[in-house]
Amino acid sequence: MGSYLYQLYRGFQGEILAVPGRVIALIFVTLLFLLPLIIPHPIVLKIFSLAAIFAIFAASWDLLSGFTGQLNLGQALFFGVSAYSAALLNIHLGVPPWATIPIGAIAGVIAGLLVGIPALRLRGFYLALVTLAFPIILIGVIFVFPDITGGELGLFGVDRLSGSRVLDYYIILLVATASILVMWKLTDGRSKIVRTGVILHAIREDEITARASGINTVRYKLMVFSISGFFAGVAGGLYVHYIRIAGPSILELFFSFQPIIWTIFGGIVTIYGAVAGVFILYPLVELVRLHPVGETYRFVLMVLILIVVLLFMPQGITRWVRDHIEEICPRCKLINIRTRRYCRACRAPLHAEK
Amino acid sequence: MVEAILINGLVLGGMYAILAVGFALVFGVAKILNMAHTAFYMVGAFLILIMTIMLGFPSLPSIVLAIAIMGITGSVIYKLFLDRVKEHPVAVMIISVGVAILFQEVLLIGFGGHFRGIDPFVRGFVEIAGIRATYQQVIAIATSLVALVAIRLLLSKTRVGNAIRAVAEDREIANVMGIDVSRMCVITMGISAVLATVAGAVVAPIFMVHPLMWMHPLTIVLAAVVLGGLGSIKGSILGAFILGFAETAVVFLVPMGAFLRGAVGLSVMVVVLLLRPEGLFGVVFEEERL
Repeated sequence: MGSYLYQLYRGFQGEILAVPGRVIALIFVTLLFLLPLIIPHPIVLKIFSLAAIFAIFAASWDLLSGFTGQLNLGQALFFGVSAYSAALLNIHLGVPPWATIPIGAIAGVIAGLLVGIPALRLRGFYLALVTLAFPIILIGVIFVFPDITGGELGLFGVDRLSGSRVLDYYIILLVATASILVMWKLTDGRSKIVRTGVILHAIREDEITARASGINTVRYKLMVFSISGFFAGVAGGLYVHYIRIAGPSILELFFSFQPIIWTIFGGIVTIYGAVAGVFILYPLVELVRLHPVGETYRFVLMVLILIVVLLFMPQGITRWVRDHIEEICPRCKLINIRTRRYCRACRAPLHAEK
Repeated sequence: MVEAILINGLVLGGMYAILAVGFALVFGVAKILNMAHTAFYMVGAFLILIMTIMLGFPSLPSIVLAIAIMGITGSVIYKLFLDRVKEHPVAVMIISVGVAILFQEVLLIGFGGHFRGIDPFVRGFVEIAGIRATYQQVIAIATSLVALVAIRLLLSKTRVGNAIRAVAEDREIANVMGIDVSRMCVITMGISAVLATVAGAVVAPIFMVHPLMWMHPLTIVLAAVVLGGLGSIKGSILGAFILGFAETAVVFLVPMGAFLRGAVGLSVMVVVLLLRPEGLFGVVFEEERL
């Protein structure tokens, strides 16, 4: 027993403590789980609950558009379809949240397939602009049937997730952590268990070569569309049960741009970048909003930060930070902290003379 | 009814056509999706509002001044923000979205979210072949046509126009031929902002001016450009008129049509693209590698 724990500790030390990026991630997740104990303020809890929901949303965009290169400017469709189906089921049929959220996620999968099948014929900017159209078309449909969909005002009075804010927060945080871990593992190009990561990279880099190498790109693209739709749907279901209104604003152009803004800000083609982008930009904007002056200037502030960061770190903030604190060993490809002069495993010099 | 659809469709289609041509030019030459394009149109309309109503300038000089200001602004924004990150197309797109939101928020802070009207430059109406149209609508249609012809002449007859087309055709060869590619991009961006302001100027008295007015035209312009085939100017003009007429017809003919005006144009685009993935006038690339 003792030796087993020691082994576990050594593994922890080698795999996590030695890599600064993972240490930061671990501290961050721990702090998130302790947040209700550190700052039990309801507004802070609300901001971070929503940030966790949007983190799933942004990561689902990164999975589809970042990793697979299927530039989707209408991610709000999956979110909105799921949110509306959950709200409709909950209000009209009284289905409880634990059932509506999975059903909403399945609605997201169906929406993903409905977009994905025609999208197989299109690529690049054509695909981007066609996907942009779908949520706006759905808004039109929602406005035309106000009796069922609530029209411009939206659907009110959706059930809460649970009784208390703290419990809500933990439910959302657990679902978010699990979803993001799944997406991270699915896209891990170095994984020896799941092959999807490397295949998605291949489809993005060169679809024809991928097909020539015997990859059924149609199947993988549809799979990614439905996985992305699923997780965006989970986010949509959680959102509608947390905020308790399903309104047409969640289908608008700006709502589709939001996950893109967060992901590009944090770093595209890294699931953690999308998460970091959400957890930096969203709480910042919402906290600034609490102040009366900040209320007016919050988007100006957000946009200025976004533009300045992208001008100097066009690959996103997490990539930039990683490049400055980590160094990959040129011989054994192990990640080392930048301050080391020799690799921690194979002793190869890390900083070759230039 | 038919007359109203015809007149309004021409006004709307003309406005979308000017906007779409500017957008297509920038896409063709600088290879960027400039989401701030319709924000230039909005800021142009607001500049005219400020100058005519708040400062009391006469219409024509204030339009000319607004066009000049926006032309310079467009070039400066390209030089300052977009040129530096042009290797990362998605970052460029997001920065241009950021610029558009910045304009929107500044206008919201300055003017509030109200709908404001601008007085028509010429009052009254005219009857042509039994169709009644206000002078402002006639001016809008005429200006759109003049602007489209002017841009056509600029591109085909002048040295700068030839250089711009050369860059759009093949950057490397244009560079080898001694054309300053990045200067051409700056000039194109200026031209496109000027076109956007012209659109803003002619329709500002017909539609209302407000800080969210860039979103709807943006989706329609994107749809028009894709409908016509990315990079084809002829195609984007045709796409713009198709969508303009589709939108007007829906608003007039279908009950609750005003809610569907965005949806219909975009559905037309989706259907066309599913039948012809390269757009109406797009070039088919055999399994192009991007």
